[in-house]
Order: sequence, then C-alpha cells, then structure tokens
Amino acid sequence: MRVARPKSAQGLLEEIPFRKGGLSLKARPAMHAYANPARFLKLARPLTPVCLGLGLILILIGCYAGLVLTPKDYLQGDSVRILYIHVPAAWLGMGGWSALAIASIVQLVWRHPLAGVAARAIAVPGALFTAVCLVTGSIWGRPTWGTWWEWDGRMTSMLVLLFLYFAYIALANAGDDRTSVSRATAIFGIVGAVNIPIINRSVVWWNSLHQGPSITLRGSTIAPELLWPLGFTVFGFSFLFAAIVLMRMRANLAEAKREARLRRLAAA
Amino acid sequence: MTHWPFILAAYGLTGAVTLAVTVWSYLAMRRAEAALEQKDHVK
Repeated sequence: MRVARPKSAQGLLEEIPFRKGGLSLKARPAMHAYANPARFLKLARPLTPVCLGLGLILILIGCYAGLVLTPKDYLQGDSVRILYIHVPAAWLGMGGWSALAIASIVQLVWRHPLAGVAARAIAVPGALFTAVCLVTGSIWGRPTWGTWWEWDGRMTSMLVLLFLYFAYIALANAGDDRTSVSRATAIFGIVGAVNIPIINRSVVWWNSLHQGPSITLRGSTIAPELLWPLGFTVFGFSFLFAAIVLMRMRANLAEAKREARLRRLAAA
Repeated sequence: MTHWPFILAAYGLTGAVTLAVTVWSYLAMRRAEAALEQKDHVK
C-alpha cells in the first residue's frame, strides 16, 4: 500500500490532526506508528507522570547520597560533590542536542509530523541544562582550579553549544511561514550537531584545566564509593528531562490543534 | 577554603532552574489542554 506524502511535517500535522482511523499499524513502518498525534498522546499521557515521579525520586536519592553519604575526594575535598549535578547537566545538554539532531533528520527525511514538535520541545530544557552545566562547572572550578573560567576547549565548546541552542530557539520562533522556517530550523539542528563530538573530544585534543574522560566504555576511573550516586542523578535527570519534553510536546500539539480548528472555522 | 558555600550555590541554582522549567512546562501543558477542552465543550 502506498502512502501519499504530505507537503511538510506541519502540513501533515494539520491534515491528520488526532484522526483515530487510518492505516493499520502493520501497514506502516514502525517509526510511523506514532505519527498520529492521537496515538502518541495515548502513550504520552500516562508516561508523563511516571517519568516525572521516577525522575524526582532518583534525583532526591542521588543528591542526598552525594551530599551526605559519600566521602570527600582525597584531592578535591568536598567540592567533588558538585559532580552529581554537573555531569547530568552536561549529559542532558549534549544528549539534548543529539536527540534534537536525530529528530530533525527524521523530520526532513521521513517527514514525521511529530519529529519537529519533539525537536522544538527539546530546545528550551536542553539550553537550560547546558547553562546549568556551565555555571556549576564554573562554581566547581573556583575552589578546584582557582579560577571561575578558562577559555579552553571544553568550556568554550560548551559555551558554543549554549549559543547554538539560543539560535535554534530564536529560529524556531521566527516568521510566519511555518514550512520554510521549520525546514531551516531542522537543517540548523543537524548542522549544529558537529559541535557534539568536538565537546566530547576537546579534553583529549587540547590542553585543558578540565579533567580527561573519567567514564568510558572501558570503565571508570572514579572510585566506586564516589561513583554510585552519579547513576541515580544521571537517570533521575534523564527521566525528568523526558517528562519536560513530553509536557512541552503535549502543549505544542494542543495549541496546533486549536489553531487548525480556528483556521477551519475561519475558512468555513 | 571551605567548599560548602560553592556546593550549596551549585545545588541551589540547579534545583531552582530544574523546578522552574518543570513547573513552567507543566503549566503550559495544562493551559493549552484546558483551552482545547474548553473549545471542545463550546463546539
């Protein structure tokens, strides 16, 4: 069975908003199973409070353990406790843009109607967690390195990521021509992903005050008694990030449906 | 140098930003979905 392609993701969102019928799941590629906003919302509604609750519980456990239960680092002293919020923030800043770039590819190549909505929903929390990473890193740097800021590869490339987020948000909210703006925003999301491997490898490529990679696929150089709360905070903040993205997607979809209805009413 | 003021500042800022973006997203979602439901009832 051949499925006619719409002109754009935004077009598809307006053409088939919340239609409950349509093709059977078997007739569609797996990725398009949730192209129908009604089907996506059926999953997102129960998933949102689960992600939110699980995220908050894991964050509270991880932060309590990081502040109270873990010992001091032999070299850095108590300041090592900033690790438990700095690393999840860095992970979400970089992971957020990676997810945004993947969603942008899906939007451009397969014209999935929800991919653009997901990418736009990721941008604001991604920018905020990137900013949190920069500020907590700066606060950590003062007692550890003796300086708030250094223009080295890691910190500069992370700051560039924050500016990329700002530019993406500005572009996504610019203009009335939704189709061309949406396409330009998606291309920008893909091009901006070039910064992610630069951030990741910056501590290897250039001399830096920032420590080298502590956790790799081969293992960790962090002592196990200091490492375990990090798992709680990384998973906790990731679940919370997912809940925030789901809430923002639900808000965007509700607004898109309301606007589509108003347009139909105005045309009638 | 005592490290605790730095640690508390970092945790306080992260907590405030995380709470703010979560509450903002929740309220935006509730507002948009409530407006849509209201429209459904009017219709």
